[in-house]
Amino acid sequence: MLGKLTWQAIPFDQPIPLYSAAVVGMMLLAVLLWVAVKGYVPYLWREWITSVDHKRIGVMYCALALLMLLRGFIDALMMRSQQAFAFHAAGYLPPEHYNQIFSAHGTIMIFFVAMPFMVGLMNFVVPLQLGVRDVAFPTLNSVGFWLTAAGSLLVNVSLVVGEFSRVGWLPYPPLSGIQYSPGVGVDYYLWALEISGAGTLVGGINLVTTILKTRAPGMRYMRMPVFCWTSLASNLLMVAAFPVLTATLAMLLLDRYLDFHFFTNEAGGNAMMFVNLIWVWGHPEVYILALPAFGVFSEVVSTFSGKPLFGYRSMVAATMTICVLSFMVWLHHFFTMGAGANVNGFFGIMSMIIAVPTGVKIFNWLFTMYRGRVRFSVAMHWAIGFMVTFVIGGMTGVLLAMPPADFVMHNSLFLVAHFHNVVIGAVLFGAFAGYNYWFPKAFGFALDERLGKAAFWCWFVGFYVAFVPLYVTGLLGMTRRLQHYDQPQWHPWILVAGVGALIILCGIALQAAQLVVSIRSRQRRTDRTGDPWDGRTLEWATPSPPPLFNFAVLPNVKGEEPYWGMKRKAITAMQLSPEPSYEPIEVPRNSATGIVTAFLAFVLGFALIWHIWWMAALALVGAYATFVVFAWRDVAESVLPAEEVARIDRANRSARALALTEMHA
Amino acid sequence: MNDIVSHADGMGDLAPGERSETTRSFGAGFRSYLIGFAIAAGLTIASFWAAQSTLIYGPAVSVALITLAVAQMGIHLVFFLHITTGPDNTNNVLALAFGILIVFFIIVGSLWIMSNMDHMSVPMDQLMRMQP
Amino acid sequence: MSTSDIAIPPSSSVLDLRSVPPSEATGHGEGGPAPKRIVVGYGFWIFLLSDIIMFSAFFASFAVLGSATAGGPGAAQLFDLRNVQIETACLLLSSVCCGIATLAVEQRYALLTQLALLATGVLGAAFLILEVREFASLIAQGAGPSRSAFLSSFFALVGCHGAHITAGLLWLGTMMAQFYAKGFRADICRRYFCFSLFWHALDIIWVAIFTIVYLIGVRS
Repeated sequence: MLGKLTWQAIPFDQPIPLYSAAVVGMMLLAVLLWVAVKGYVPYLWREWITSVDHKRIGVMYCALALLMLLRGFIDALMMRSQQAFAFHAAGYLPPEHYNQIFSAHGTIMIFFVAMPFMVGLMNFVVPLQLGVRDVAFPTLNSVGFWLTAAGSLLVNVSLVVGEFSRVGWLPYPPLSGIQYSPGVGVDYYLWALEISGAGTLVGGINLVTTILKTRAPGMRYMRMPVFCWTSLASNLLMVAAFPVLTATLAMLLLDRYLDFHFFTNEAGGNAMMFVNLIWVWGHPEVYILALPAFGVFSEVVSTFSGKPLFGYRSMVAATMTICVLSFMVWLHHFFTMGAGANVNGFFGIMSMIIAVPTGVKIFNWLFTMYRGRVRFSVAMHWAIGFMVTFVIGGMTGVLLAMPPADFVMHNSLFLVAHFHNVVIGAVLFGAFAGYNYWFPKAFGFALDERLGKAAFWCWFVGFYVAFVPLYVTGLLGMTRRLQHYDQPQWHPWILVAGVGALIILCGIALQAAQLVVSIRSRQRRTDRTGDPWDGRTLEWATPSPPPLFNFAVLPNVKGEEPYWGMKRKAITAMQLSPEPSYEPIEVPRNSATGIVTAFLAFVLGFALIWHIWWMAALALVGAYATFVVFAWRDVAESVLPAEEVARIDRANRSARALALTEMHA
Repeated sequence: MNDIVSHADGMGDLAPGERSETTRSFGAGFRSYLIGFAIAAGLTIASFWAAQSTLIYGPAVSVALITLAVAQMGIHLVFFLHITTGPDNTNNVLALAFGILIVFFIIVGSLWIMSNMDHMSVPMDQLMRMQP
Repeated sequence: MSTSDIAIPPSSSVLDLRSVPPSEATGHGEGGPAPKRIVVGYGFWIFLLSDIIMFSAFFASFAVLGSATAGGPGAAQLFDLRNVQIETACLLLSSVCCGIATLAVEQRYALLTQLALLATGVLGAAFLILEVREFASLIAQGAGPSRSAFLSSFFALVGCHGAHITAGLLWLGTMMAQFYAKGFRADICRRYFCFSLFWHALDIIWVAIFTIVYLIGVRS
């Protein structure tokens, strides 16, 4: 009746997951009760859950990412502490549990922290920077977000019901096959990623179409902000790479469920094909994550240097070059698998070549800062921290790109340190820079600067204290994912790394404090004009937060940095341009399609994991029914009357006029 | 902006699969599909024939079949999907080219890598027999 | 510092497309957001490309594992090329019928639309039935997907295509119902054009499948 699901699935005999599940469960219940009692449910349903507004969806993506960062980081703390204790000792985490933790850590950080954060920033910012009202397919956008959330829910449910995968964040067969991993852990992983992968694909299609086909009049390709170019490249990569992930994980699922032989040891299967295909996806994935971060830095560096970005054309060229090259280097993740010198040589050289366009970008950022009037805001701190950290990580990457060197360091902690160096340096720092930079735009008030800078320093110092020792231990021969070890020369470094993790914990705590303090004192830090940083791109032309329709009248773009141009004009003329004539605006209606689809996807995934076939069938039927209901709706848009548009725009105009007079006073 | 058929909006852009102004009529469209069908059918028959014919030099048959397949795909793209090389189709062609490039990398790359691995490794059944 | 500073002269907030010089070709963004039919069509086109890339991953697996018959039957022993010929004919004709339906939708001929779509569906269903029968017979003779890696990759690749055809038929049925119930409304027509792109793309993928899997497969 319930497939493989029994009461045994709940980890009554394992204290750590049991207690953490209980604590999280109670916190969740408390939050839900508070929301219900305070009467926020209708508001949440109407304004957030069924919203198809790209700004709301972007915020929800980032919120999901921050929440999952906490879970992923707790996993990291557990790993670091286990390794700190487990020198000539067993530590406190049994191997089966430790394996789940490092698998969950990687899976959550890549798929449910880094991806949603970048996607969230792109969703929020790109339509505003392009001068349009929303993405190309707003309802589909909502579907994409909720599918990602459903995938993340599945991963989290595995803590309570059943177990998670023990085979690492990429489930290499045959270990991940049904013979060697008969439990539900790998299935949780696979279905969670198939579901959230579908969400990512949908988001990718949306943003590619938005950037290529819906821009403000006059915004030619070479007038788009660099963040939009990097978003384009990143989303093209999503569209190109995620289908390979979907297919490869599907093959593993077929092996596990239906006794197929893609990757088994028997009947002609080839486990190496999995490694090959998964990295065809895996390498573009890291560029999917890094490119939007590079875009954030382009925006931040040019804004806080008070200069247009240096070398716009070379930035664009570098970005699109990276986009194509990222599909030509994937073998460097498995030099040691035995393809031979010719193959290794080709991919090694390509891996070194791909470092060049990134180098171009770094130089452009530096030249942007040169002779600029640099303001050291929190976002700028993250940007400069990125430049140092990412360059170091990139250099260790080029080191690893040499097959002979990689043969020594593959799967050692040197590798672990390298990829944390680049991912944290680029993606996480970029996420935090974007978070601090665009927070006022999203919520109408800025974040506390002091706490933000303190958080940055804890993260920056903590990162080096946590990961430089890992470079050392890697060179001393320590392999990754060790539950215990007995080499005395590694021990002191591992202890230092543990301290580093605690310093980062302080950083996270300070960020949480920053958010709480900023919300509490938000009246003091309101962004009245919508342009708190003296920005250069179109999102700063809107009020903070922007109204549903973004722009009362779509801007007519005449050059690069259109907002900067019109600001200069207004400041010189000492007045705003004349009020436009307002017209009614069509806005897409809210839709529950997203959340319903995701709910059904979650049910489908859960049912398939536990082999509850009737439930899975019902979920599929429900999915088709949802599709038909959505297709059958007659009214997709509602109309905002011109008076309403006028009222909102006039409020912002008067705020800006006031700021203009204050500037000249 | 709610329209079924494109009109002279001066935008110079076509949706994929959309025919341009000049080939708008039912008759012209019907002819396009008919011609496309005829050529595609011919190429298909040629494929099946080439597969079992002895007239073509053995090892070249695979090449011939691939060529015929590519030709058939081309016919589909031109006559059924109305992909042209005009400036109003640029985005569509570029996207298609990007997709084909990636497909090329994936298939050729995988084949090259896996056959090299194959060369270098012990066959799996032999490996399994080496287990203790 | 207001949004209107760089606005189009007051005539519309929705774009006045005619004010843009027609010489500006696609992609330069001179005219503002493209009309919905282009946006929807292009978005679906991008989806189709992602789908083709997904198929290419299955194709890559088939290419690599194609010779791994594990001592079991190979393509030459298993595949009935006459069946494949009929399947190919069904799908090609189905594509043509879909093309005729597209013409009918453009001209708003309701009856021809329904008839052409029905023909498309029937031919597609015929293809599917033949394929299911082929799979069943393979499994019955012990040449199911668990027999060898070659068969696994065959069933996955061809099965994936079949699953797409199935989804397409469900979509087709829904489109026919919508045309019947709501007529040639703009958004329904846009979706139909997406369906026709999908259906033609499936035929293109079938060309690759019957060439590589069946024709070349049987020879090697």
